[in-house]
Amino acid sequence: MDATDLARWQFGITTVYHFLFVPITIGLSFLVAGFQTAWSRTGDEKWLKLTKFYGKLLLINFAMGVVTGLVQEFQFGMNWSGYSRFVGDIFGAPLAMEALLAFFLESTFLGLWIFGWDRLPKRIHLACIWIVAVGTVLSASFILAANSWMQNPVGFRINPERGRAELTDFGAVLTNKVALITIPHTVAGAFLTAGALVAAVAMWHLVRRPGRDTGAFRSAVKLGSWTTLVAMAALLITGDVQGKIMTEVQPMKMAAAEALYTTEQPAPFSLFTIGTLDGSRPVWSLDVPRVLSFLATGTFDGRVQGVNDLQAEYAARFGPGNYAPNIPVTYWSFRLMIGFGVLAALFALWALWAIRKGRSPAPERRGTRFLMWAMITLPLMPLAANSFGWIFTEMGRQPWIVFGQMKTAVAASPAASSGDVITSLIVYTVLYGVLAVVEVGLLLHYARAGLPDVTPPPPAESDEDRPLAFAY
Amino acid sequence: MELSTLWFLLIALLFIGYFVLEGFDFGVGMLLPVLGRDERERRVMINTIGPVWDGNEVWLITAGGAMFAAFPEWYASLFSGFYLPLLLILLALILRGVAFEYRGKRPAASWKRRWDWCIVFGSAVPAFLWGVAFANIVRGVPLNAEHDYTGNLFTLLNLYAVLGGLTTVALFLTHGAIFIALKTVGGIRHRANLLAERLGVFAVLAAALFLGVTLLRRATPAAVVLAVLAALCLIGGLIANRMPSRTDPAGRREGWAFVGTAAAIALAVASLFADLYPFVLPSTVDPLTNSLTVGNASSTPYTLKIMTWVAVVFTPLVLLYQGWTYWVFRRRIGTSHIPEEPAPAPASGGRAV
Repeated sequence: MDATDLARWQFGITTVYHFLFVPITIGLSFLVAGFQTAWSRTGDEKWLKLTKFYGKLLLINFAMGVVTGLVQEFQFGMNWSGYSRFVGDIFGAPLAMEALLAFFLESTFLGLWIFGWDRLPKRIHLACIWIVAVGTVLSASFILAANSWMQNPVGFRINPERGRAELTDFGAVLTNKVALITIPHTVAGAFLTAGALVAAVAMWHLVRRPGRDTGAFRSAVKLGSWTTLVAMAALLITGDVQGKIMTEVQPMKMAAAEALYTTEQPAPFSLFTIGTLDGSRPVWSLDVPRVLSFLATGTFDGRVQGVNDLQAEYAARFGPGNYAPNIPVTYWSFRLMIGFGVLAALFALWALWAIRKGRSPAPERRGTRFLMWAMITLPLMPLAANSFGWIFTEMGRQPWIVFGQMKTAVAASPAASSGDVITSLIVYTVLYGVLAVVEVGLLLHYARAGLPDVTPPPPAESDEDRPLAFAY
Repeated sequence: MELSTLWFLLIALLFIGYFVLEGFDFGVGMLLPVLGRDERERRVMINTIGPVWDGNEVWLITAGGAMFAAFPEWYASLFSGFYLPLLLILLALILRGVAFEYRGKRPAASWKRRWDWCIVFGSAVPAFLWGVAFANIVRGVPLNAEHDYTGNLFTLLNLYAVLGGLTTVALFLTHGAIFIALKTVGGIRHRANLLAERLGVFAVLAAALFLGVTLLRRATPAAVVLAVLAALCLIGGLIANRMPSRTDPAGRREGWAFVGTAAAIALAVASLFADLYPFVLPSTVDPLTNSLTVGNASSTPYTLKIMTWVAVVFTPLVLLYQGWTYWVFRRRIGTSHIPEEPAPAPASGGRAV
């Protein structure tokens, strides 16, 4: 493997890892803000307990998102200096704005929220968590605008003297149609993730610790499950629009997602396949007729271009070379993304069914045992769906790093040797592995601990003597 | 003024903000085993920076992002060239950030001790390596015609750069000790005062030597003035650290001492940037053609214009709310303010599955 391959593995590993934490942070910050708002409105203590309980899980997770995010920003320069030189005029601005507009907001107001329970008036304290939540979406919007530019570059010109892309219309970058649909799709994925987590943990408590905080956990199962279901609906709608836009701006990605080698009209959707997918021999595939045409074009008899035709077209346009991404990876990651997402929604539906009309699952029933297994795997489903979604969209863009403008093969850092990159790859992989064990251990510990005691401390003699409401 | 020069100043400002703010975070972290005699004292120390350290670190992310956006060539050459030191800095910052959040999450002493070492390592390594990095930026590194770095790790670990690293460590230790004195009550405050006195001597000597050598290599009038002012502020801060407080006879004038060390760090960083200008990364090989300057490393005027508007509107807002955080958490804390460890989680009531 050369330095570029190593750098790609590194980007893949660190990005997928980083994105395990990001969607939980985005979705959970809103749900925790919702719990705290409910407490503020009703005064019912169960909402305060849920705020603190899920707030703790949010913080354990947030820390990992922050520190792994540092790597992401440095990585462009460290491993991809060719890319950075070429796109910096365009790509750097959203990154800088993300830091200035969103990261400061998130980190500062999260600090105020964690430590400010007794230092701030109640309403301002509540506003802090809402500001954090808004900050997370702002952050997502900027970074997705940057990524969408790589998928569908707009608002720029190529300066041949400097050998770089230069910004001509920043508004076009922010309103890139790929960005406008990717942002809601990704945020919906974040809500799917957080909703599943909230519901699953609460359901576990309802069954395993019956009689303890039942009212609070029932509310959490309902809220979490409904969030998951609504998010799934949003994912299907946005995903559908995204598919059509993708067919328009990156037809090769759509063809690769389906392993569709020859152009077809109408084109069937392949549910499942057995074979090598390399196009050399026919593969057995379970097809639903005409559905791909609908997904790609919006009509049941639309024409969908195949890999071979697109390859010939691109070779004529960009010169000789292989313009198809890794088809088995795109084909399967696309299916796994959808599959895991749908499974999460089905499990959430099951949870709602299990507690319908004031019922609670009886621990001795066999169905309850299956339900418990479903709940334990439920938080993992959206995480897997998110990961496969990113693997699909990034692998599907290959061999381009900026579609149609720059190939990944020429984007790496000439100054970074294979030794450098392999060193950092090993460091990150080992470090991330160890931290994953620690983080999951803590999450399980606090998830199982149950709702905290929220009786206020006895009044202190003076403000000076009062112990901190929260301390590290 | 050219927009690219304005962005050079803004990036200098972002790094100044970063070193002034995270400088004391690093100092607190490095002093954890020195000033924190027991678990409660260590918790006092960590909680002096608890609500703010993360916001302080965002100054670095913003500086990096601004560099990428305003000077892509600078960002690309620097980050790919200083590969292994940056990797170490990242490793340190990751461990340190997680350590703050996780060390209190389990009661076992061994758990806390391990995270404490992560905090010490995670503070000392960047404190040293940022000094090494900035010394190399000012000194220049070998770049080829494509502006790619051609040296190796040992090119960066030259004597001058090591001196730069020791200077930042000494400055941040002093700054951190004074910050602890400013934010605590009781025995730890007193010990922090005394330690700052001693550390301050090293900081003055190291900074004078480092800035002196820097200016002997290449001196601009602005850089000289800023360096002299930095030295004066540092000395002024250390004098304030010895003067008895007016309101509390047991304490010193830590507020002024902190203003002194903060100003010293700000002015010293400013002096380095003033000395660097109009270069952003000089090359030691064919300096006339291979060096990166404010002119040949910058983005287009259009990008810079948009960035300028965003910075003009949002930077004051950030300063305002970040300043407000410091106001909200202005109270000094001592061992009596630290809440008891939360009771261990209730024993599991049922089977895991």
